[in-house]
Amino acid sequence: MNGTYLDFERPLQKIVQRIEELRYIATSEDLELHDEIGKLEKKLIRLREDIYRKITPYQRVQLARHPNRPYSLDYINTVFEDFLELHGDRQFRDDPSIVAGWARFEGKPVMVISQQKGRDTKEKLYRNFGMAHPEGYRKALRLMKMAEKFSRPIITLIDTPGAYPGIGAEERGQAEAIARNLREMAMLKTPLVAVIIGEGGSGGALALGVGNRVLIMENAIYSVISPEGCASILWRDDGEKEKSAVALKLDAASLKEFGVIDEIIPEPNGGAHSDFSSAAESLSMVLAKHLKQLSRLSPEELVKQRTEKYSRMGEFEE
Amino acid sequence: MAWFRKEKRGLKIQPKKTIPDDLWIKCDTCGEILYKKELEKNLMVCPRCGHHYGISPEEYINILFDKGTFSENDREIKSLDPLKFVDRMKYADRLDKAVKTTGKNEAVVVGEGLIDGIRVQFGAMDFSFIGGSMGSVVGEKIARATRRAIDRRQGLIIVSRSGGARMMEGIFSLMQMAKTSACLGRMHEEGLPYISILVHPTTGGVTASYSMLGDINIAEPGALIGFAGPRVIKQTIRQDLPEGFQRAEFLLEHGMLDMIVLRSKMREHVIQLLHFMLD
Ligand SMILES: [Zn+2]
Repeated sequence: MNGTYLDFERPLQKIVQRIEELRYIATSEDLELHDEIGKLEKKLIRLREDIYRKITPYQRVQLARHPNRPYSLDYINTVFEDFLELHGDRQFRDDPSIVAGWARFEGKPVMVISQQKGRDTKEKLYRNFGMAHPEGYRKALRLMKMAEKFSRPIITLIDTPGAYPGIGAEERGQAEAIARNLREMAMLKTPLVAVIIGEGGSGGALALGVGNRVLIMENAIYSVISPEGCASILWRDDGEKEKSAVALKLDAASLKEFGVIDEIIPEPNGGAHSDFSSAAESLSMVLAKHLKQLSRLSPEELVKQRTEKYSRMGEFEE
Repeated sequence: MAWFRKEKRGLKIQPKKTIPDDLWIKCDTCGEILYKKELEKNLMVCPRCGHHYGISPEEYINILFDKGTFSENDREIKSLDPLKFVDRMKYADRLDKAVKTTGKNEAVVVGEGLIDGIRVQFGAMDFSFIGGSMGSVVGEKIARATRRAIDRRQGLIIVSRSGGARMMEGIFSLMQMAKTSACLGRMHEEGLPYISILVHPTTGGVTASYSMLGDINIAEPGALIGFAGPRVIKQTIRQDLPEGFQRAEFLLEHGMLDMIVLRSKMREHVIQLLHFMLD
């Protein structure tokens, strides 16, 4: 684990640094420090477990947004083979915040459609921090229809603070683009598995998220509004984001309980950012299981399963 | 999600000493002093400047439907507060208060009736009920109206007026966008007409689901319609918004609406459209 540490991860940082120091001394001075390093490593594991067991809802939000967290392209390059990116909505421009194209999963062709946040400042700007414009959602829909045409499953990777709120986005119909995706995704005659890998920000996330299965990484979140936005509206103070994060119940376990999520994908101890490859392996295993289940359904059954699933969503009495 | 703010262009009652308070109203847009009865007779549209004031679902039903033909459905559905949501007040209390002050169970009225003799399914949102926000009940009622239209092979008309998703129902309110859109997907494939009427203001998750999915999208003049609220956009881009931004005329110009129709002409346009699509 290197790079940025969140406040509540700081105690881990100290141990990691100490382990690195000892390793350096062990090699440069040719000293036998195995026992000492081993002890520290055990301590690190225990401390991590301890920290992650007691995590608060807002800390979970921070984890979902962790700057070291694997992004869509990290998963695309490990979970899939032969990724071939396709560009453009054929109407206005290519939106780099949505990365999509053909790939193979366990040897079979699939369409991957993902949201990419950007790692460094330059890429963040290029990817617009993972916030799509209407043309991004229209590109996504174009490629979903292509997958349907060739009877290939669609896998979406969701990681966005939300759809971009800007002048151009409104001029080009952000609302219409999202609404159309929701309607068309519901009716697709091919399997669709959506995976929330980090931040599932409101309508901008849902616009790729109407799936036969919706999976979520253990430390990812999915919410109708950001805790900051909710706090500033309902508490009239965005400093109350801890309270609103509790109230919104946006963590994986709550979402599973509500029936919005079909399965939680376990992350390695210390979160996906502490071990990319085991996070990817975990995602790969769960994804394979659901794709296999869905492969047994006819196109009509897939539409029926998906539309009936969303028809049931909501809590009310009469 | 702008429902929490009071409407800037709302009605203000002008206090006068010589006459009863509620007889006269000052138009907030043009400043004209209007006789309230006159304004009501004019369907709550200022006769001087043409400003369309917000009206209730019942008033819209009176405007659109053949007299005495409308009957309400699913009146008794109520929210269950699935998150047990508490902010500065309990959502449960907020709901109770809304029920008491509006006399409604929720932010949408659905039902059916005749328009020029044609039976249609209908929904109209009530902005006075927690800003017309969409939670589980609004989603369910819209979904049921859509399903009835499919089952009986009828048209559907929805009048939207909403601040967006109801955040106190968290992820359930987000899912209503998918739920209503999925129902409309089926309706679309069945070849049945859906007319969406957008009224000031319509923003957020309602715009980004059923409001923008009409075969025909109609707005009233001057209506604010958008995905993000103007305040959020301003905060994000840190610059002033262009004149007329997100107003009905702006959306028409950018291709998001089929037409802008005066409230007084709404019924005749709807009738014409229903005949074009259903005869
Ligand atoms: Zn006026």
